[in-house]
Amino acid sequence: MLSGRRLFTVALTLSAGVACSNDLENSYIFDGRSNRKILFRSQFIEFDQLIEFGMAMKVGIVVVLLAVASICEAVAIFHPISESHRSAALELFSPVAGSFSSLEEAYEALRTFEVLGIEKKPDIKDHTCNSVVDALSSMSSNSRDLYHALRVNGLLKCKTSKEALTGIISRLKDAVKDSTSLLDYYHAIGGLLLIKDQSSEVDVLLENADGILRSIKALSQSDGRWRYSSNNPESSTYAAGLAFETLSGVIQLAASAIDENLIGTLKKDIVKLFDSIEKYDDGSYYFDDKHIDVSGHQGPLSATAAVVRGLTTFASTSESLNIPEDKILGLARFFLGIGVPGNSKDLYYQIDSLSHLENNRVSVPLVLSLPATVLSLTSKDKLKVKVSTVLGSIAPPLSVKLMQVFSSGSKDASVLKQELHFDPKEAIHMLDALPEGVDIGKYVFAFEIVLSDPEDKRKFATGGRTKVPVHVTGVVKVDDAKVAVLEGDIVESEKKLDLPGKNDLALSANHLQKLHLSFLLTTPFGKPFKPHQALLKLRHETGVEHIFVVENSGRHFEITLDFLGLVEKFFYLSGQYDIELTVGDAVMENSFLQPLGSIELDLPKAPEKATQPPPQAVNPYLRYGPKAEIAHIFRAPEKRPPQEVSFAFLGLVLVPFLAFLVGLLRLGVNLKNFPTSTIPATFAILFHGGIAAVLLLYVLFWLKLDLFTTLKTLGLIGTFLMFVGHRTLSHLASASAKLKSA
Amino acid sequence: MGKSPTTKDDAQALFHSLRSAYSATPTNLKIIDLYVVFAVFIALIQVVYMAVVGSFPFNSFLSGVLSCVGTAVLAVCLRIQVNKENKEFKDLPPEHAFADFVLCNLVLHLVIMNFLG
Repeated sequence: MLSGRRLFTVALTLSAGVACSNDLENSYIFDGRSNRKILFRSQFIEFDQLIEFGMAMKVGIVVVLLAVASICEAVAIFHPISESHRSAALELFSPVAGSFSSLEEAYEALRTFEVLGIEKKPDIKDHTCNSVVDALSSMSSNSRDLYHALRVNGLLKCKTSKEALTGIISRLKDAVKDSTSLLDYYHAIGGLLLIKDQSSEVDVLLENADGILRSIKALSQSDGRWRYSSNNPESSTYAAGLAFETLSGVIQLAASAIDENLIGTLKKDIVKLFDSIEKYDDGSYYFDDKHIDVSGHQGPLSATAAVVRGLTTFASTSESLNIPEDKILGLARFFLGIGVPGNSKDLYYQIDSLSHLENNRVSVPLVLSLPATVLSLTSKDKLKVKVSTVLGSIAPPLSVKLMQVFSSGSKDASVLKQELHFDPKEAIHMLDALPEGVDIGKYVFAFEIVLSDPEDKRKFATGGRTKVPVHVTGVVKVDDAKVAVLEGDIVESEKKLDLPGKNDLALSANHLQKLHLSFLLTTPFGKPFKPHQALLKLRHETGVEHIFVVENSGRHFEITLDFLGLVEKFFYLSGQYDIELTVGDAVMENSFLQPLGSIELDLPKAPEKATQPPPQAVNPYLRYGPKAEIAHIFRAPEKRPPQEVSFAFLGLVLVPFLAFLVGLLRLGVNLKNFPTSTIPATFAILFHGGIAAVLLLYVLFWLKLDLFTTLKTLGLIGTFLMFVGHRTLSHLASASAKLKSA
Repeated sequence: MGKSPTTKDDAQALFHSLRSAYSATPTNLKIIDLYVVFAVFIALIQVVYMAVVGSFPFNSFLSGVLSCVGTAVLAVCLRIQVNKENKEFKDLPPEHAFADFVLCNLVLHLVIMNFLG
């Protein structure tokens, strides 16, 4: 039985070691859009191994899993608020033209600046105070506007008159009486509470506090969420946060003592809400709303911020709120894990929630962070650990112990319990020397915080064991490096190499020989070291590259390239190959990529069907560069004959015309048939004139007129000509007919 | 002198008989014939010009040649219609034929002027 128990403990530790070491590879990205952390890369825990052990030992699986879950916390590092948050705040909350767009935004900016302690704020006081005074004095402001104006007033302390505030009090009290929805209650109660803080001697106390509490509580649901109003079935965690804040406000403003049972049920409601809390693997807790709420904000950040605000304000009104401290620490981790948000609303939520967590009465979370997670053995870096509150303030007196160091390679983790030495000047816990046997590599250091004052244990949340990933780097010694060309098993030529220095080999080999490279890698502590990359590259003069992995056995790294088997892989390309050796790792400070020289390879000729080497990439600037310029060649004008020739032929053409006239005369042309009496003569003249006009029109058409004008004119002249011609020719015809009959 | 009639003599005799026959034709027909010869001559001169300097611009060459050829053709048509010995056109008054000639020429020359460019 005893041996069985011991075996079981060993098995549990081993499996926890497996499970926990796997977490080393996890890293997270914070997605600003959905306000969630996305797992970057993860490996799965082999639960079947654990189950086997559990079954074998006849212990319930649940116990095993619980044990593993409790031992194996997530490995991540959270940093408290830093200067980067301050500069981001100044950048994100930049007012436009001297003021912010709304009082709500002004409040968010001012609150963020106040929490972060930024003194050099943009000067918006005058403009914003004007808006505040306007809002407070206007009769048309509803309780929401008054609430935001009062919030800003509380930070800026604008000059408001007492009468204005008194007037508002009565309006807000009426609003409380008439409220039906959660937001109405929230704004009205919040406003009254702010007035109470801002001016003395005012009567803001509520008469019917019990009744108000009950009507607000009526909006709660059994799963811990709250609805916004009784006729709207939508519920959200954000509303629950607002409800808690409102309830604490009512308790503070109560005129008479409130029924203790009622407060007890309210506390139970808060605890019930924590049942719906969700968890990330790195140990952060958060609340998520599945539906978009009324104000349009969705996502875990606004919901968690609302719950934290409500929770802490409620806890400040009453003692003994029973929330486990690891959940509070988880909520703090959630806000810190965001880093620096990208927009102003998210930054406000983060900073406001952290400021509430800083001074809350449930438990104040303490953050353990390392300023440097990469330690160098060469420069003898010391391990430094900082413990502070979420906003970076000094923690109460405590001591930090390094409990265990898990190495990524091996599964065992020796239990150390080394206490770190505290340096009060820098407020840092330091380890003067790293534990024994911490060589270069990736580790997980497990720390535990022990508070000096036992009273503090109730006030502060330390989170048990905090695991932090640490990289230890150092210089890796490269020894005994040599290159040899082997013929069979006989060494033909051997050269010593100086790694990681410069080398310039000039080897030559044919396809029947082998190339052998070997070297030793040793860590600063003398142990064997396997780097992430140990590659040998051969590059042909045409640019074709071949990469080989250098295998190792322990400390000894070697590779043998048998060219007989590689002839086909090398595409039968003979010639000069440049040799390059790459040895590198994240923890190796002297990683190198060294050209070693060249080797002249003599390979046989390629057969017909050999595969061609892959085409090398063309320089894109050449392929897509500008092409040769094309000059446009205009149509060369036709060769025209010399003018003299043209004129000569013009004269030549006129010659037949003259010959025609001469011939006519020789034939005895006469005008005897021309009519002599007046009217026919006129018509005859007009006929000939008409023909002449048409011919003249044709000449003008050729010279400058266009076809349409010509056709129009031709139509006119033609009609005239037809009429005239008809008269003339019919006259002539009748004259010749008379002559014939006579 | 007493030789057998050679080809040259035959040609000369033919030529003379043609001349004498031709002189019997009416004058108006001779005028038309002269006009046709004149038009053909001008067309030939234009073709020779084109052969000398090349056919650019070709449309101008075509328009010039076709104008001469077209007007010659119309003149031939006029001659046929006016010729009194032609029984086919006995009833057609010559003025009518002349009017057709004028009209066709005017249309031809409009097209020619357009194509001349």
